[in-house]
Amino acid sequence: MTSTASSRRARLGLRLFAAYTLLYAGFVGANAFFPDRMEAAPLAGVNWAVLSGLGLIVTAFALALAYGWMCRDDRGGPRPGERP
Amino acid sequence: MTSAPSPLAILIFLAFVGLTLGISFYLGRQAKSSAGYFAAHGQIPWFVNGVAFAGDYLSAASFLGICGMIAFYGYDGFLYSIGYLAGWIVALFVVAEPMKRLGKFTFADALNSRFSSRGIKLSAGVSTLAVSIFYLIPQMVGAGALVQPLLGLPHWAGVLMVGAVVILIVVTAGMVSTTWVQFLKGGLLVAFSGVLTAMILNRGLSTAPTAAATQLRQWGPFARADLEAELTAAPELAGGQIVPADDAWKSAPFLRTREANGKRSVWSVAPWDDRQVVLLEAQWQAVDAQGKLQEVNGQPVADGQPPPQLLPVGRVRRLPDGVERTGPLGPLAFLSTLQRSEIILWGTRKIVDSQGNATTVYFQKPTPGSQVLRPGEHPTFHGIRSSKLLDKLNFISLMLALFCGTASLPHILIRYYTVKDEAAARKSTIVGIGCIGMFYVLTLYMGLGAMTSGSMDVRDSNMAAPLLARGLSELLFAVISAIAFTTVLGTVSGLILASAGAVTHDLLESVSSVRLTDSERVRVAKIASCFIGAISILLGIWFKELNVSYLVGWAFSVAASANLPALVMLLFWKRTTRYGIIAAVVVGMLSSLAWILLSADTFEKVYGLPGEAAWAPFSQPGIVTIPLGFLTLVVASLATPPEPESAARRPSGRRAFAPTPSGPRRRGNSPPRRPTEPAVPKARPKAASAAGRTRWAASAGGRSPRAAAPQASPRCVPGHGAPCGGRSPAAQASSACFSGWYLNDSLTLAR
Repeated sequence: MTSTASSRRARLGLRLFAAYTLLYAGFVGANAFFPDRMEAAPLAGVNWAVLSGLGLIVTAFALALAYGWMCRDDRGGPRPGERP
Repeated sequence: MTSAPSPLAILIFLAFVGLTLGISFYLGRQAKSSAGYFAAHGQIPWFVNGVAFAGDYLSAASFLGICGMIAFYGYDGFLYSIGYLAGWIVALFVVAEPMKRLGKFTFADALNSRFSSRGIKLSAGVSTLAVSIFYLIPQMVGAGALVQPLLGLPHWAGVLMVGAVVILIVVTAGMVSTTWVQFLKGGLLVAFSGVLTAMILNRGLSTAPTAAATQLRQWGPFARADLEAELTAAPELAGGQIVPADDAWKSAPFLRTREANGKRSVWSVAPWDDRQVVLLEAQWQAVDAQGKLQEVNGQPVADGQPPPQLLPVGRVRRLPDGVERTGPLGPLAFLSTLQRSEIILWGTRKIVDSQGNATTVYFQKPTPGSQVLRPGEHPTFHGIRSSKLLDKLNFISLMLALFCGTASLPHILIRYYTVKDEAAARKSTIVGIGCIGMFYVLTLYMGLGAMTSGSMDVRDSNMAAPLLARGLSELLFAVISAIAFTTVLGTVSGLILASAGAVTHDLLESVSSVRLTDSERVRVAKIASCFIGAISILLGIWFKELNVSYLVGWAFSVAASANLPALVMLLFWKRTTRYGIIAAVVVGMLSSLAWILLSADTFEKVYGLPGEAAWAPFSQPGIVTIPLGFLTLVVASLATPPEPESAARRPSGRRAFAPTPSGPRRRGNSPPRRPTEPAVPKARPKAASAAGRTRWAASAGGRSPRAAAPQASPRCVPGHGAPCGGRSPAAQASSACFSGWYLNDSLTLAR
């Protein structure tokens, strides 16, 4: 695996990590500072607290799959047009 | 509530334990060398390793602790699920591939990859031991809780049994067998949790009376303002009397009665409407000053006879629209229906009189479903509903520790060494996230199912999930309990292996002058496993009263504070020095341990002292000690000379496992890597060339080959002020900015 591929994966990983961290921080902040608003039920009679929690779990898996898919070609060589 | 053991349950339990031991003995033959014993020769398939991640991670805390916490408090337990799963994002996106690249057998290997420091080995080894032992305690507590209803044995016997079996597994096998046991266990746990959830949804919700509901009475309503007078005159108490509140009972929110037939009862007061209240009969047990059980629900304990049992609890008191049974429900309909119902939760209060006699009262708390599914009901999370910022910090601190802790747990980190390369590490983490995420969604349903099952033991939240299974089917209970027991076995095996690796590889060999042969190394690791297993047995018996998920929160805090700052900064800050890493690990570990030991929770639950006397302003240390670890590393690194690259990267004479000619990452029987490095500039020093393409000798005048070749120098991380490639070696060496070390040079050099 080249350093370019590793470096690209690392950058991608950091971006996805930052995105999820923002979501997680928002979730923790909402529970900590607006607990009463989490009781509202916007969808199918289920409240924000449960929906956002389930959503975070599903999002984590979706991001993991996306990362795996985007890194699927990083096996041992540079991509076409990339400097090795 | 302890029922007689079922022969079927015992049979299935023994079959599972026998299968686990059989796998261990069979695969133990492959673990004669240290590479096999500690890292399974790096030959585990990525899918198997991914499911084994789930097996390692879904410990007693997840299955027993979280389900129990949800069953007793509702949504707050689910917050643990979310935090535990979120931690895997850190593991996948930040830690997984570098760990595979940098390490060999232990977490300390990775930290020490740029240096050759005894101090790093020592501090990381001690940190691994501390975190592992903190994590071992809840596993052993969970084992003790499981064995009580399953085999009818006392708690200490369960702890002892797990300890003995695990020591046998670890001593006879190693990472190969542990991995396959984790694979089976992880797969079975997720599959049977799915079965349990399907049965819960198919059953739906019902107000049908449970054993506790039929035997525990409700009196009233009575006028709130004139409660005692109305109760005295009520026909229910005809011939009886209200027992005057004396001694410690004066401050307790209960009424005691003695009825005409001599039965003594304890009642809690619940609102009926604005002006009226009802009395709900509580369960209680009394022990004397010596701790001997005297009475249960008013029935005296007779010598030589099994003690009377508390009633199983957990029910829906009222369903929406007045229906008595919903029938099968979909996943969202189950949650929305429960949200509009009224549930009977249970509280606990211990009352100790002036003679030292203690009465523990378990009382009913009718609670709206909307309150069950909102944050802030568990004592740990009460601060959420406070207006003070300091009170909210405990919750934020815990969630931060859960987020950061996963990627710092030694027994998780060493699993990256059991696959062949970085791609396998990445794929196995994704599989792990899938399995673990699925399981944590199921915990919500299992916990709420237990809450409304009528089968919970009011004294032990840890048994909610297995007892829920018993309420549905005796066979399912046997299988679930056996899987849960195997869960404990697998996690404890992994933890003991990580600890044994730290003792042998990090502490004994690297720090002392002892030099061991490969077979001696394995033998010492097995001896260390016995000692660590014995310590965990003792701690498991000592901490039996605490919720296992709560205990795991401590382990996460210590791991995140001690290990994560050093690991992350090693990857992302080129100016990190060995002294910075040592200081960060030591300060993070000691500060988090000290904080926990001085917290209100520890004062109340471990020391038996009032929480107000605690020194720490809140119980969870992460929000203070994790940043403190980062800060310590930065200050210590800046206060010490930059690492001379020639010294930092040369092969160490003290390395217990010397690098192979083609580089230190080559291991086991795997062939040497095909060189994919770009052409090395002609200016490369002869000495470096002679050493081969190892990162140890790859530097040239303080710069790496890649940095020395401007055309091949990759960009720095976004946010970095200037490209490093064009800077002088001195400027690079003294740079205090984030240099994208991990993203650039180290990736190439580490090969």
